[in-house]
Amino acid sequence: MTSQSCVSIRKELDIVGARQLGRDITKEVGFGLVDQARVTTAISELARNIYLYADEGEICCEALDYTNKKGIRITASDQGKGIEDVAKVMQDGYSTSGGLGAGLPGVKRLMDEFDLQTEVGKGSVISAVKWLR
Amino acid sequence: MTNNSAKEQYQILLQEYIETKDEKYLYRAEKLSKSLLRDHTLPEEIVHLHNEALAKIDPTLSQEVKDSMAFLLETMISYGLAHQEFQTLRDEQIMLKSEISVAASMQETLLATEKPEIEGLDIGVISVPAHQMNGDYHHFIKANDGSLGVGIADVVGKGVPAALCMSMIKYSIDSLPELSMSPKAILSNLNRVVERNVDASMFITMFYAQYMPKDCTLQFASAGHEPGLHYHHDGDYFTEITTKGMVLGVLPEGKYEEDQVVIESGDMVVFLTDGVTECRKDGRFLEMNEVLDVIKMFKHLPAQEQVNEVFKYFERLQGFQLRDDFTLIILKKDV
Repeated sequence: MTSQSCVSIRKELDIVGARQLGRDITKEVGFGLVDQARVTTAISELARNIYLYADEGEICCEALDYTNKKGIRITASDQGKGIEDVAKVMQDGYSTSGGLGAGLPGVKRLMDEFDLQTEVGKGSVISAVKWLR
Repeated sequence: MTNNSAKEQYQILLQEYIETKDEKYLYRAEKLSKSLLRDHTLPEEIVHLHNEALAKIDPTLSQEVKDSMAFLLETMISYGLAHQEFQTLRDEQIMLKSEISVAASMQETLLATEKPEIEGLDIGVISVPAHQMNGDYHHFIKANDGSLGVGIADVVGKGVPAALCMSMIKYSIDSLPELSMSPKAILSNLNRVVERNVDASMFITMFYAQYMPKDCTLQFASAGHEPGLHYHHDGDYFTEITTKGMVLGVLPEGKYEEDQVVIESGDMVVFLTDGVTECRKDGRFLEMNEVLDVIKMFKHLPAQEQVNEVFKYFERLQGFQLRDDFTLIILKKDV
């Protein structure tokens, strides 16, 4: 049903690679320009979080193809410090006020589904889905 | 999300405008953009709308233009996110404001003090917060022996924390044993309560006075508060009344001094907070004698009207924007 492709994030240039992967898959699934741009921006945010706050991690994209709907799932995983205060990073104005960009609330807005699992000291896994309308 | 009618309308307006350059189409575009905004249409969707309309109007549109529109769309995504975030924050702010206004009216009820009737004394009081909640506090107590207790206090700080702090002062005064206590004993009692219960960064200045109608004396004690003012009818001059004493909440065992004055017929006693003395005019604080002049200007009025007029005068002087909570109490002894 699905195939997953991944890009590992170590340096800033890898963010572009992750964007490109997402771009190709959204086109393949049939997303329009606006949603392509949204998904790609979400990938950028997630990849930049890895680049800035965890030494290493990866972004995986997979095309979802069910009988009644199609979409894309992005999964960002890292083995970094984990997030201590989840409520705080999910709060509006927390990352934007520090000039760090749209942050996780932004990713949540750009996508249709959002999930976050994190363990302090072990890392985080964030997954987000956008459905084709 | 943009619906089809907005899409069609946009295309029609754009086409008409390109053909005629008529201002009326720009005006209709302005109206359309307002309705799109109402429907929460994001900037990237407008760019997309424009892109599609343009391709319909000119099927020979070059690939460069199409690519440049995709490029523009991409740069709009962050603006769209920021717009949504502001929307959420604005809704939160509206909610917060309405919560504070409920709290403010609760505070008004909780801290209400009745202006007592005292034989031979005319009392005026006004207390206006700079923001929604008041960090100034005043209190009247009429004791069984006919004496009048007046307390006026100011929390260093404004807004909600100051207001919360004031509720504590009110209940501490209420819980003091029957009012046989002298002003300095009351202050040292309150000092203990504040010192124990309030964060060290917060402190309170307070002036407490007790008027005995029988012998026309006013006993008073101050905890670092603005001095009271005693207007002498005979001679038409003011003297400051104050005592030494640490602000409330700094040391566990505060020592307070007490003094007294005799109030003659036609005299007046003024208690105030720094919201009055720190009124600004043309960027500088008013001099004390300017404040006194204003108080004197309205001294022919009954005490309540006098404080109202003094407040109106200062409110206007500051361009109707108080910088600090403003409390003014005037006691006038009948002639």
